[in-house]
Amino acid sequence: MNYNSELMRKLSDCFSPSGRENNIRELIINEIKGYADEINVDALGNLIVRKKGNGKKILFSAHMDQIGLIITHVDEKGFLRFSNVGGISAKEILGLRMIFDNGLEGVVCSEEIKDKEKITMNKLFLDVASTSKDFVKNNFKTGDMCVFKSEYYETDDCVICRAADDRIGCYILIEALKNHPSTDNDVYYVFSVQEEVGCRGAKTAAYQINPDLAIAVDVTDTGDTDNGTKMDVKLGEGAAIKIMDKYIITHPEIKNLLTDLAIEKNIKYQYEVLEHGGTDAGPIHLSREGVPSGAISIPTRNIHTSGEIFSKSDVLECIKLVIEVIKK
Amino acid sequence: MFLKELTELSGVSGNEYEVRNYIKNKLKEIGCEFYVDKLGNVIAHNKGKKNKKIMVAAHMDEVGLIVSHIDSDGFIKFQAVGGIDQRVLNSKVVTIGENKINGVIGSKAVHLMKGEEREKSIPIDKLYIDIGTDSKSETEKLVNIGDYVTFKSDYVEFGEDLIKAKALDDRAGCSALLELLSMKLDADFYGVFTVMEEVGCRGAQTAAYSLDPDFSIVLEGTVSADMPEIKDHSKVTSIGKGAAISLMDSSTLYDINEVRKVERIAVENNIPYQLRKSSAGGNDAGPIHKTKDGSKVVAISVPCRYIHSSVNVASINDYNSVVQLAKLVILDNQKGE
Repeated sequence: MNYNSELMRKLSDCFSPSGRENNIRELIINEIKGYADEINVDALGNLIVRKKGNGKKILFSAHMDQIGLIITHVDEKGFLRFSNVGGISAKEILGLRMIFDNGLEGVVCSEEIKDKEKITMNKLFLDVASTSKDFVKNNFKTGDMCVFKSEYYETDDCVICRAADDRIGCYILIEALKNHPSTDNDVYYVFSVQEEVGCRGAKTAAYQINPDLAIAVDVTDTGDTDNGTKMDVKLGEGAAIKIMDKYIITHPEIKNLLTDLAIEKNIKYQYEVLEHGGTDAGPIHLSREGVPSGAISIPTRNIHTSGEIFSKSDVLECIKLVIEVIKK
Repeated sequence: MFLKELTELSGVSGNEYEVRNYIKNKLKEIGCEFYVDKLGNVIAHNKGKKNKKIMVAAHMDEVGLIVSHIDSDGFIKFQAVGGIDQRVLNSKVVTIGENKINGVIGSKAVHLMKGEEREKSIPIDKLYIDIGTDSKSETEKLVNIGDYVTFKSDYVEFGEDLIKAKALDDRAGCSALLELLSMKLDADFYGVFTVMEEVGCRGAQTAAYSLDPDFSIVLEGTVSADMPEIKDHSKVTSIGKGAAISLMDSSTLYDINEVRKVERIAVENNIPYQLRKSSAGGNDAGPIHKTKDGSKVVAISVPCRYIHSSVNVASINDYNSVVQLAKLVILDNQKGE
């Protein structure tokens, strides 16, 4: 299997911040239509794709949403005030270009500040580059969202793009579905909504499906920089099997299942202990009477910025591992 | 409108019985079917034309205090219940427990405070309630550990259309919901008066689980920030500018299509409205939309100045806009395709 740049470019370019996942949902539906037994969209907007079987019910989850900004106030001069949707820090976005669903853009500017370290969201605004009151009034409304403007770029072995978190997880599930192995297992591919604001979609999806086991597929941090996070995950060192994050301690059976499969099938893997953050596996493992759950993570640098970096070979290892779980 | 009666009742989270009893009596008068669930939520059913299952929620509880210790001189120490505005506690008149014992919140006199102390608000552990006794045993005859403490604050009308009261968050919602239930609309909905919102929306969680609604409307009292020193873009809501429709808060991303639909209904019917310009705070919508397999929810609120203090200020016109808008949203959702 090769890495499919075109598919990942489309997924990354697609505008879909939390709560506004309609574009990415359409894109994924079009991509997987011929491969699924059932396709459902639930009340919150989760896309639930099923490959039927009589065996174990397995849930895989990757989230469709990306972080962004929501407009809270539009003034007459064309300055837009905003609040963050998901984990965006005021300190890191000054000067960045943002883009709306309609293709219009703005740049993040700040009021005069003495200490850049103390910058907060309410000192920032978007300048949408127009002196026309009508243009501003007709095109921007309180409640609109925007996301980083960022172009997909790749080298031989790595990719820089926005929203690798978690479009690369979506990519992995799409590829796994297209290569769905023959199995008795009843497999649900969940493309979830609103992960970035607290894994909300996964909670309701897990309730509906009531699975026997669940695996989230999402990005994780790396410990690659000298003075960065002390963490044993490295870019290019294979699929990361989650041991623990803030919201889950991986069920020992799941950890063993993933590790044994990786060893047996010669899949490059590493263990991940993430100090901060969590994934859809958090709410899923607490659903109903509890669900043995874990996560397969894609090592990623610069998470929650306009340029997230991952390795193509890690992605391929993750796909292999997902397919082996489906077979098991 | 039941604002005067409702705001003068005591109902700190976990201790909502006065409010619940009042609401139960009103529902009997209206002739509306209801039951009370295990956590104390009142669940009323307005029967009518039905297209989907609708839940309309307002919380009965308010922020307040709870007695935690009685000291040797008979002074009462307390803890906060819910996100109370601690800056304003000092020198407030309160009532304690079922017997409504009067007390005042006191602290060291300003004369005895050192320079820096005078600049800061007094932390809760430096405050106490004085009920006019002078020994532990005397206080213990009147007050028990665990008694709830409520602000004493009358309902007052002033200005053009303003009211001042305590607990408008969320007796405004309760009053609006009672009005909606008394209209006998030919549109099916469950009116849920929830408990324990201020300590984490706990009642709404179990109520939504048992009702499993398709669509919900949360009626709230929400933050108004229309004070002189606040810039336009930071004014979350302003009183007098109509019903506040939520876009996002810390617990919910409101479905944008539903929000725009509510806006459209407001515009078409000339109901003043504003969009809530903040992503902070949270309400019963959070647990409701995430319950079971999930559902859609909107929040329509009465803007309240000085929220979570003993003196909330709101506009009667805004309140009426909330009632009218909620009514039309219910009717619109049940009108059928």
